[in-house]
Amino acid sequence: MSELLQQIVNGISLGSIYALIALGYTMIYGILRFINFAHGDVFMVGAFIGYYLTPQVVAFTGGNFLLTAPIILVVAMLGCSLLGVTIEKLAYRPLRSRPRLTVLITAIGVSFFLEYGGQLIFGPDPKLFPTVIPSGSVINTEYIIVGTGSIVVIVTAFTLMMLLRFIVFNTKMGTAMRAVSFDHRVASLMGINIDTIISFTFVLGSSLAAAAALLYASIYPSINPLMGIFPGLKAFVAAVLGGIGNLAGAAVGGLILGVTETFVSGYISSSFRDAIAFSILILILLFKPSGIFGRHQREKV
Amino acid sequence: MKLHKSIIFFAAAVVVSFLVTLVEHRLNPYYFQIIIYIGINIVLASSLNLINGFAGQFSLGHAGFMAVGAYTSAVLTAKMSSTATMLLNIPLFALALLCGGIVAAVFGLLVGIPSLRLKGDYLAITTLGFGEIIRVIVQNLDFLGGARGFTGIPKLSNFFWVFLTAATVIFIISNLINSTYGKAYPAVRDDEIAAESIGISSTRVKVMAFVTGAFFAGVAGALYAHFVTYINPAQFSFLKSFEIVVMVIIGGMGSILGVVLSAILLTILPEVLRTMAQYRMVIYSLLLIIIMITRPQGLFMRPRFGRHKAVVRV
Repeated sequence: MSELLQQIVNGISLGSIYALIALGYTMIYGILRFINFAHGDVFMVGAFIGYYLTPQVVAFTGGNFLLTAPIILVVAMLGCSLLGVTIEKLAYRPLRSRPRLTVLITAIGVSFFLEYGGQLIFGPDPKLFPTVIPSGSVINTEYIIVGTGSIVVIVTAFTLMMLLRFIVFNTKMGTAMRAVSFDHRVASLMGINIDTIISFTFVLGSSLAAAAALLYASIYPSINPLMGIFPGLKAFVAAVLGGIGNLAGAAVGGLILGVTETFVSGYISSSFRDAIAFSILILILLFKPSGIFGRHQREKV
Repeated sequence: MKLHKSIIFFAAAVVVSFLVTLVEHRLNPYYFQIIIYIGINIVLASSLNLINGFAGQFSLGHAGFMAVGAYTSAVLTAKMSSTATMLLNIPLFALALLCGGIVAAVFGLLVGIPSLRLKGDYLAITTLGFGEIIRVIVQNLDFLGGARGFTGIPKLSNFFWVFLTAATVIFIISNLINSTYGKAYPAVRDDEIAAESIGISSTRVKVMAFVTGAFFAGVAGALYAHFVTYINPAQFSFLKSFEIVVMVIIGGMGSILGVVLSAILLTILPEVLRTMAQYRMVIYSLLLIIIMITRPQGLFMRPRFGRHKAVVRV
């Protein structure tokens, strides 16, 4: 019983990280109708920003968690936003009217460019992410121990998700985003600047990826330039599971995937951890391709 | 006329590869190895070209089919060739190649069926998933050596087998594409609904493309396994799939000659640039982005006429 509770807590904290990445996928898909394969690598860059920044910030603040963490978080989010917007401007914008497959291949190219460019700049060997979150436990009973790490991850992730929800549903920018995702042409006729909205979407998605990266690195502190591949793919699965283009779906999909993965590695074998996400993807695409919250779209001639 | 020419090409390829095989032991082993890799990559890239280029089903799981073929054939020959004499090895190897191809084709069928419901990016990521699932399963099967790899494969691949396979792939694909039946492939790629409306079964085209493509990927895997004599699951990760995809895209999706040329180019290039090996993947990925933005039809192909300049469409 206590092990089960423990696994659920671990699963939720991993799942909320997947949810943050999945939100980026789902928003960009909603607006541009393509999978931003490079999203997982923006995530990786976020972890490296944290890695190089933390010692500087700690020297400045003296290691106070409540002071250090927000600074690192904000700078990493800004850095990744810049990266995301640059990628969109240089690689995706020239292709906007082209067939979707062309954009997909370009996105794969960007993804590999970041991974192997990262290996050149950061070096291919894994690095140890500095500990920022103080160790210890918040809840410590005979049934369950919840560490500060898990609490920080879950609280940060859910705060950011609430913030995103507010931006998308309660601000002018968010209304414009939803309009663009509904119909590009009509939205631009209503005076919405499509380019600005797309850039803004990349800012939101990439900054969530940066936050996810810092949280992920605080649970799994070994970081390397290829670390973004699997979390990226799994978050994509989470987005499809929830219904791609749907914000609540991405969050729920992320949580389901995180819990399932933790259970499989805890009770069956950790070597099947990476295969489980793909199996879920294939099952979902076979039986309910529109996902849990997705609406079915009819194909028109 | 077309068939006639391709038969001459095929016969010439068989004769030449047989003659070269007689003197292959005189070649510098390093150059020989590169030549063999060129042949294997031609098979891989051409077979993927059938799926990606002609049928328009963007697949990222080709290394998975290659792994299936490699392991199937390796199990067969490693178990049996110890007792067989040299003379028996030839039919045994032919059988192993065939079995590798057939088992891979069965997997191609398994991937092809879900592909009927999926398009573009979904299909790409699902095939990538299939490839990774195959790799994870192999890694967990103890009789295949798991993550340690599979050793003791007899070195049976030679120039003849590799280039015979390459010539066969090119022969089959070029004849298929120029046949009445094969015209259905680009039709499904360019507009599935229009193709259906003139009586083409897009289901059959897609599944056939996957099965045929996977068959040759499996044979290529078998050839590879019997050349390097040691295989492990990491050799068949999606990086390998990506490499094959790059070959097809740079050559030009749907161009037989272009893909062969780019398979040759992309096998030699890393060897020439060995001193700057760490830049290889960076150059590949930049090349891919630039080609997609400026020449989506590939390096070796002229743009096609029509409404859309690009050959690739979803």
